[in-house]
Amino acid sequence: MSGPIHIRSDETFTLNVGPQHPATHGVLRVKMEMDGEYIVKAETVLGYIHRMHELMGENRTYPQVLPNLSRLDYLGAMGYTHAHVLAIERAASIEVPERAEYIRVLMVELNRISSHLFWFGAFVMDLGGFTPLMYAIEDREHILDLMEAVTGSRLTYCYFRFGGLYNDVDDDFINATRAVIPRLRKSLKKYDALVTGNIIFRKRLEGIGPISAEMCRKYGATGPVARGAGLDFDVRKNEPYSVYSEFDFDIPVYHECDSLARYNVRMDEMEQSLRIIEQALDKLPEGPIMPKKKPKLIKPPKGDYYQAVETARGSFGIRIVSDGTKNAYRFKLRSPTYSNMSLFDEACEGMMIMDALAMMGSLDLVIPEIDR
Amino acid sequence: MGAYFSEIFLGLKSLAIGLGITFKEFFKPVVTVPYPFETIKMSERYRGHIELIEDEDGKPKCVACGMCQRACPSGCISLASKSVAYEVEVKGEMKTKKKKVLTKYDLNFTTCSLCGQCVESCGFGAVTFSKEYNLASFNKEDFHFDLLKRLEERNS
Amino acid sequence: MDLTIFNAVIAVVIAIAFAAANAAYLVLAERRGAGRIQRRPGPNVNLFGLLQPPADGIKLMTKQLMIPGGADKALFMVAPVLAMAPAIMSFVTIPFSNTIVAHSMNVGVLMIFAFASFGGMAILLAGWGSRNKYGVMAAVRAVSQNISYEVPMLITVITIVMMTGTMNLHEIASLQSGGFWNWNIFPVSMSDGFMLQPLMPISFLIFFICSLAETNRAPFDLGEAESELVAGFHTEYGSMGFGLFFMGEYANIVIGASLITILFLGGWGCPFGLYPGVWWFLLKIYLLIFSFIWIRWTFPRTTIYGLLNLSWKILIPISLFNLLLTAGLLKVF
Repeated sequence: MSGPIHIRSDETFTLNVGPQHPATHGVLRVKMEMDGEYIVKAETVLGYIHRMHELMGENRTYPQVLPNLSRLDYLGAMGYTHAHVLAIERAASIEVPERAEYIRVLMVELNRISSHLFWFGAFVMDLGGFTPLMYAIEDREHILDLMEAVTGSRLTYCYFRFGGLYNDVDDDFINATRAVIPRLRKSLKKYDALVTGNIIFRKRLEGIGPISAEMCRKYGATGPVARGAGLDFDVRKNEPYSVYSEFDFDIPVYHECDSLARYNVRMDEMEQSLRIIEQALDKLPEGPIMPKKKPKLIKPPKGDYYQAVETARGSFGIRIVSDGTKNAYRFKLRSPTYSNMSLFDEACEGMMIMDALAMMGSLDLVIPEIDR
Repeated sequence: MGAYFSEIFLGLKSLAIGLGITFKEFFKPVVTVPYPFETIKMSERYRGHIELIEDEDGKPKCVACGMCQRACPSGCISLASKSVAYEVEVKGEMKTKKKKVLTKYDLNFTTCSLCGQCVESCGFGAVTFSKEYNLASFNKEDFHFDLLKRLEERNS
Repeated sequence: MDLTIFNAVIAVVIAIAFAAANAAYLVLAERRGAGRIQRRPGPNVNLFGLLQPPADGIKLMTKQLMIPGGADKALFMVAPVLAMAPAIMSFVTIPFSNTIVAHSMNVGVLMIFAFASFGGMAILLAGWGSRNKYGVMAAVRAVSQNISYEVPMLITVITIVMMTGTMNLHEIASLQSGGFWNWNIFPVSMSDGFMLQPLMPISFLIFFICSLAETNRAPFDLGEAESELVAGFHTEYGSMGFGLFFMGEYANIVIGASLITILFLGGWGCPFGLYPGVWWFLLKIYLLIFSFIWIRWTFPRTTIYGLLNLSWKILIPISLFNLLLTAGLLKVF
């Protein structure tokens, strides 16, 4: 509820939300100091599924790290692998055939839609509506089928290779993708009527959970969280990588700063991703998917390399410090959800627990990616 | 006052629209598969655990070079080989040559991350993905696959 | 019918059997209905899933009843019983048809509301007794919810009582016999003379919303809001303690649907005046229960303040105006 509330700090109790709690979608723990339904102070506790991906990146050869990258964020794995291959390609100066670049963009955008669809379902489930999750999963299933036919797996793809791709796409895939696009457009309209227009849903999100642009800058929040706060920042537009500069698409930005703005950004992004997919299918050039010349052993020259990409959750950066050997000297992952989640502690102060958890849902947290 | 009533009216209307959508969905056919009774065939490129491929003689194609072992990020492949002497005709005369023969190819599936680096690194096309996915057991040892034995079982 | 002890015992046994069977199979109906809405079959193994409720029941009964350390044992044990018992008691006065009624009372409506208030108390005791912070929060929410929704509900019932002049459920239903144009929900009532009641659909809507809230059904299931409060007031309950809460919830739904049927939809009367009887009554309550299920699986949950705002800012003023205008209309016609 908006408006000032008077909190009696001498009569609070500690509520331990998580690490096993239905709203945290994983093993995030939030220690909340509560005054009745109001949160006085919240403290997020991390590290329950820390797997040392960064250290693994330093101990393994570059191709061996590839499967790790798709295990950061199990919903939008494609984008994370994309950052890794882009960084290594730039470091070791490997040419990428144009067809491979287009297929990469196609896959990343398909993955973005599937990730947003799942987020949409899970978010509405956080608000207590279970049915949209099932519809979203059904639509997502069609995308996963497409991607499985090409990549061979449904979640942890490991599809990109340094210099190209693991497999080429065939005409079946292209036709199936063309068939899925109108289906998804229809579904998005359905979600609009079923969820976005719903009065209960709007009442729970409108004006709730304000995250201002200043707060986004302070904590380094990116992606839909920042775009919902009026910051027009998208790595695909601001620092174009791959072949993104050749596509015509918009970056949805909302200035309301509330949970509904973040919801709207993601719903609009799905539509924009569909536009990119359509264009990529039309422009898809013929040719090889792997470069003719490719070093047998990947040893980037000494140096410091950084590559950022826009994943479904925000700007994901990968920093590789190479000492010229086949292992990285330093392998740093800048995960978007970590920054997005950091602002939760400050943003939820004084909110009611229902609204705070709705806001947490609108941040689109994937815990394995926070802990890495 | 007008806003008050219009909000109630619009709210009720939005609820009715939502009810209409779920009512329509109620009569649509189900989309799920009753899993244990019906299964889905995996796609051609599905990446299951790995299997050895045999040559025409029913022997594994593998030459025990160990590339897969080195490529594996999780170190879940362990193979062993022995040298076998065999005779081959070169320019009309018999010569004795040595060849590596695979004696053991173990896959520790508990640590495998199904990335497919082993299949890709194989220069002889000796490993492939199985399409098996109904893998469940209470016993950890059940996931230490002896791929050579599996190959023999397939052949027999 | 004389109220002898024998009759009373029979009535209670039938009520318990009816409530338990309904609870068990409404769970199945809910899961099947939810499944169909979500494009999946729901529990369908073994005779279309008909063996699911007995299996659930056996599972719940054979589990150990855990009492958390530091819990108030007496309250913890008494709360599930308190959730189930009033629901069964309420069945006693509900007329299923012209002849099937355990005990027709002159203050039947009042009795049902008296027992319905126990529901909130059961939740309060459960949440408080289980010494769980989520439970206590859920209990506080549920009590404020029950209090705020009883007010518009009772005010709406007064409009019915004014129109029919009785609080006996049997008489209220009898007055609506004949055809659907005689039902209380329709603006034109003609059972005893011409009566124009254009506001009755509003009464029906308010009553329907309130009965959703009173039975703690989605979108008003704040007492067990699983995404915030884990399982709310029954977080600490396992085995049959949880089973009783579950049965109590479904028994309450049956009572709510019965009450709506009797007060607004003509009880056991046929819409066209043909073959009135218990089958029409059951058809109507199950249609209403289907709509409960349908609503639950369509909407997200409201917030606690949204819920209270709805009650105090919308339902109570409208029901008060409704009462005033209905009284005025009754004087005019």
